[in-house]
Amino acid sequence: MKETGKYQPYNYFQLMEVSLRELLVEKGIVTEAQVAATVEDMRNRTPERGARVVAHAWSDPEFKRKLLADGTRACEELGLDVPALRLVAVENTPAVHNMIVCTLCSCYPRMLLGIPPDWYKSRNYRSRAVREPRAVLAEFGLDLPDEMKIRVHDSTADMRYLVLPMRPAGTEGWSEQQLAAIVSRDCMIGVAVPRIA
Amino acid sequence: MGGLPAGRVEPAEHDNAEWEWRVDALMTLLTGVKGGKKLMTVDELRKNIEALGPDAYDRMSYYERWVSSITQTMIQRGVVTTEELGRKMEQIEKRGRE
Amino acid sequence: MAASELSARFRPGERVRVRKVYPLGHIRTPFYIRGRSGVVERLCGAFGNPEELAQMRSGEPKQPLYRVRFLQTEVWPGYRGNPEDALEVEIFQHWLE
Repeated sequence: MKETGKYQPYNYFQLMEVSLRELLVEKGIVTEAQVAATVEDMRNRTPERGARVVAHAWSDPEFKRKLLADGTRACEELGLDVPALRLVAVENTPAVHNMIVCTLCSCYPRMLLGIPPDWYKSRNYRSRAVREPRAVLAEFGLDLPDEMKIRVHDSTADMRYLVLPMRPAGTEGWSEQQLAAIVSRDCMIGVAVPRIA
Repeated sequence: MGGLPAGRVEPAEHDNAEWEWRVDALMTLLTGVKGGKKLMTVDELRKNIEALGPDAYDRMSYYERWVSSITQTMIQRGVVTTEELGRKMEQIEKRGRE
Repeated sequence: MAASELSARFRPGERVRVRKVYPLGHIRTPFYIRGRSGVVERLCGAFGNPEELAQMRSGEPKQPLYRVRFLQTEVWPGYRGNPEDALEVEIFQHWLE
């Protein structure tokens, strides 16, 4: 929304947001400060959190084992607050590539990746990812060989998924910070793989 | 919609507008994730989005669907009434015009 | 742990079929997977029944939730790709047989 100083009429839905929020504040259910603080928290959740988890798993085999066994507990161990997150980390290997979708709505590991991108919430991605994953990946520029199996995870209920990508060759001896820098959001959704620039 | 025919995935990104962030925050607060009183479930959010009908995906944006669904749920739960909401919307529109 | 929780009837590795029914309400079992057979990959725990939670009820007893792995070729006729390509979906126990 542009802040021009001049009166900009709310559209119907913006008017609904303002009205609902003011009613909830008047009734003592929420405060403006809580809303603002929650927005701030959400803005601070970026895919860098997920990348930190991946980089640590690449660097510490014991942590990787724990992450794959119980993703939520492993994240807590890393000092990440992950309320309401039941995380399943799925590992890419030379034989298996994983990708994540939510065909029913827009379930996403928000605690680790922030809010989902528009395309993840789009009808096209949600419809096709489960049925023609190879064609969808190709549209993202990822052509996987036929020998590689694809496993698509539809987040239909209470679990949230994070792809643990393969660590690229040529990153031996890299610090976790260097490693995290090559782990993009899309790598953790499974529509890309990390590459060395 | 899983498995239905659909077009190419366009890699669209979008920065939330302020009001969209606030809708998301209200959902977080009302579901009690932040430790407050739990006044709705994510399942009610989804149910009331589905109730908007299949064409809602074409005529409304993501957070337009969310705010409609959250508000509908608050009415169903008796947290706010239709009457209160109507009066408030009227009042805010008027306030904006002055 | 909530007192009201059903015990798990299926084990990892077991073959299961998703019930092919189309009732009304809010349902988290996607249409495309109803009537399909797969293998239990893991038990995720027990969670409130979303069909009840959506209607302002407690969702109890909690329902065991499974991740079930389906072969793409068994879900989509004419699927092209690796014959071992798979799809994993979370399904509540009352939708499995």
